[in-house]
Amino acid sequence: MNGIVLKTEHLTMQFGGVVAVDDLNIEIPQGHITALIGPNGAGKTTAFNVVTGGYMPTNGRVVFHDKVIGENHPRSKMKKIYNGSDRTTFHHQVVNTPDKITRLGMARTFQNIRLFKELSVFENVLIAKHCRIKAGMLSATFRLNHVEERTMREQTQELLKTVGLADLAREKASSLPYGKQRRLEIARALATSPSLLLLDEPAAGMNPKETEELAQFIKDIKDSFNLTVFLIEHHMNLVMDISDKIYVLDYGKTIAMGTPKEVQNDPAVIRAYLGVEDE
Amino acid sequence: MRRSRNTVLSVISAGVFLAILYMLNLNRAGNGMLISIMQKSAIFALVAVSMNLLNGFTGLFSLGQAGFMSIGAYTTAILLIPVQSLDGVYYMNGINPGIRALKVFLSALPPWFQSVYPFVALIIGALFAAVIASIVGVAVLRLKSDYLAIATLGLSEIIRALFSSPQLDGITNGSYGLNKIPAFPKMFGGLVPPIITPFIVSAVCITLIVLLIRSSYGRAFMAIREDEIAAEAMGISLFKHKSMSFIISSFFSALAGGMLAMYMRSIEAKTFSITLTYDILLIVVIGGIGSVTGSVLGAFLVTASKEWWLRFFDQPLELFGWDVPLFRTGFRMVIFSILLMMVVLIYRRGLMGTNEFSWDRIFGRFKWKRKKVQGGGS
Amino acid sequence: MSITTILQHSLTGISLGGAYGLIAIGYTLVYGILRLINFAHGDIFMMAGYFMIFSLASFPWPIAIVVTLLITVLMGIAIERVAYKPLRSSPRMSIMISAIGVSYLLQNLATYLFTAIPRGYPEIPLLKRIFRVGELSASLVTLLTPVLTIVLVALLMILVNKTKTGMAMRAASKDFETAKLMGININRVITVTFAIGSLLAGIGSILYFTDRMSVTPFSGTLPGLKCFVAAVFGGIGNIPGAVIGGFFIGIVETLLVALGYSTFSDAFTFVLLIVMLLVKPTGLFGEKTMEKV
Repeated sequence: MNGIVLKTEHLTMQFGGVVAVDDLNIEIPQGHITALIGPNGAGKTTAFNVVTGGYMPTNGRVVFHDKVIGENHPRSKMKKIYNGSDRTTFHHQVVNTPDKITRLGMARTFQNIRLFKELSVFENVLIAKHCRIKAGMLSATFRLNHVEERTMREQTQELLKTVGLADLAREKASSLPYGKQRRLEIARALATSPSLLLLDEPAAGMNPKETEELAQFIKDIKDSFNLTVFLIEHHMNLVMDISDKIYVLDYGKTIAMGTPKEVQNDPAVIRAYLGVEDE
Repeated sequence: MRRSRNTVLSVISAGVFLAILYMLNLNRAGNGMLISIMQKSAIFALVAVSMNLLNGFTGLFSLGQAGFMSIGAYTTAILLIPVQSLDGVYYMNGINPGIRALKVFLSALPPWFQSVYPFVALIIGALFAAVIASIVGVAVLRLKSDYLAIATLGLSEIIRALFSSPQLDGITNGSYGLNKIPAFPKMFGGLVPPIITPFIVSAVCITLIVLLIRSSYGRAFMAIREDEIAAEAMGISLFKHKSMSFIISSFFSALAGGMLAMYMRSIEAKTFSITLTYDILLIVVIGGIGSVTGSVLGAFLVTASKEWWLRFFDQPLELFGWDVPLFRTGFRMVIFSILLMMVVLIYRRGLMGTNEFSWDRIFGRFKWKRKKVQGGGS
Repeated sequence: MSITTILQHSLTGISLGGAYGLIAIGYTLVYGILRLINFAHGDIFMMAGYFMIFSLASFPWPIAIVVTLLITVLMGIAIERVAYKPLRSSPRMSIMISAIGVSYLLQNLATYLFTAIPRGYPEIPLLKRIFRVGELSASLVTLLTPVLTIVLVALLMILVNKTKTGMAMRAASKDFETAKLMGININRVITVTFAIGSLLAGIGSILYFTDRMSVTPFSGTLPGLKCFVAAVFGGIGNIPGAVIGGFFIGIVETLLVALGYSTFSDAFTFVLLIVMLLVKPTGLFGEKTMEKV
């Protein structure tokens, strides 16, 4: 596959009778910013959680850099409940825990910020570097890896400088203002050295000015870290501003996809967002 | 500058502490009580720190400490009871012939081996506990908070039941327990007298735990404590790191258990009941969950008050010809429980909170006070 | 072992299980609402034993029972008010430590007030009357326990399913925060929960100790833990589940003792707990919950 970073095939997630994600097919090319939008409860975050290994899909496959990182077919109770069409397409089962997927190069942020609250800004980022550590526990305990440790600290300092949090390095993460916490969460994700960054509503709760700054920030880090970005967002200005391609989800189904222009004028999208008049 | 000052201060205070210990050693006849209390404190400090590694730093609420201590204590005791005392100890049911043969063989080894043998026994006990922990960990570490607590507590009770069961009479001497366990050995060919050995062993172990906590792995533990889901999303394998913390905590608890066996000279399964775990939890909570120095301070304070300073609560007291009511056997423990509840409900952070002792803090405080005094004067 | 011996032991087991079931309900109710293992529950049960000893020394038995139950209920409510309520918004570890602290306090208090020497539990002659059927013999308390347990559970189920208080309790256990927003007086619900739990622990205590004959400050610890296991076994939050768990543990424990494995009768409970948590963490009748990311 030339330059496709992430791909989902017939991805379906069902909780009992509720179909949260229904037959999702996404392709994210290298270096693009791809957005997933849709009304509340459309299944966006569930799709994220399936991709990052938090949930096991009911059916379908997730491919990351040509490697199948998650695959499942309806089993046991779901065999009876599952209503999708392509139930026989998939046969294997590939399970990955979120930490393994992160080590493969996919990092994420959370909708409701999940920082290590009691730890300092510096430690928050430094911890994210742990997944790339080479030293074992014993050699780390006896400080045989002091070179590696120093590099980790220097890189952390560097990263904090890049994202503009260097002055706040000693502060407790929970004491940061909201916008900075969002930024720190992105910095922490970057510290795991990802090739694909997943942002779950990065602009939630931000005012227009902060959102604008965030848009610039995302573009900046995309270029300087050579990233591919996949984001969920409600702020339409932000999405339309930075995305190369947009997927629109409603009740788990993909109702539209295309460039910002195409999506904006799509009648199905307008219906989903504004509701049908004759109801 | 400041760092070198701090190092100097730390070395000096460690030296002073050692000097006090050596002085106590010279006058041990008159200070038996004090020495005994301090030794117990040192042992409990190690258990408390290892419990804190799990509960305070990794956020895994485990109540299995007593069980792992008993593994260490029994293993060490069985390995150390002298061959000539075996028949006296196992007078009821006899000893397992395999163990006797092993002990006879070991006792024939050269003197250099005999001088390190007690420490080898401690480490074997600790390793045994670590192996058990790594097996059980696979099962119980999947459980969340309170379920983990009750499962580890249950585990500790299962271990206790096994040790006191008649089926293991030949090894653990069942419900009769083990006695004639040799006391602490000397270290470095007598450079460290027996009385000081537990302090050295505890200090070394606690230092190792601190080094671990301050390493990248220790930071990963703290990340798990702060937010499991975020930690996992940052590439930290929950199972691997939780197991590590659990195994290491069990290792050092068992090592402390082995020292407890040397300290008490006789052990029985009852020694390692749930109450023991609660006693250690009390130390950790009073010291501050998430603070190593808090646990160490807590161990010395709690043990000293329990065994010494607050003893008078248990004696009838007469003040100016007036019988003070309430003072009789058991009152001390009631006071203790109330103290614990006060810490839990009011001073929730304990002595140290999640902070560590540091010279800067102490100097910082003095400076601040001085400033205030000057301000008041002018 | 002859059929008669097996039946005889089963009878004892069912009776013990009934008492366990009653105590287990207290755990299951509190856990259902506060997500707290009330470590002090076993000690409430132990204290109820002492209350009975003292009240029976000064009152005739019907009044003594009422007095005992009343004090037990008040103690349960007081413990919640003092030790759990201030920590309701704290991390779960703090409130669990508080529960352990209360358990520690009650044990030490009992040791101080009543000494650690076992105290004989007074006999209520009526309960001790022996019935014989063929070669089987049983005292009234043995026969009464399972019956009383089932009756009480039936009453409790009616309370939970048919009354307004019960509805509030169910709402609180489904979603604590939302129930609060919906105008349910959460403090009242919790008080009622602790009152019911303690009342049943008190009744369980009378039935249990009448059979066991003596009380010590530590006689609440193990039964308490076992009853929590019973509650987990049946599916925490599920009342009939807790009782079935109680019966199961009571019967197996008695049979193990009868077979000569008395040292393992306690350990069995914990093996059951660990196996259950691994195989079916939601218990026999529990509902599945999923953590939100």
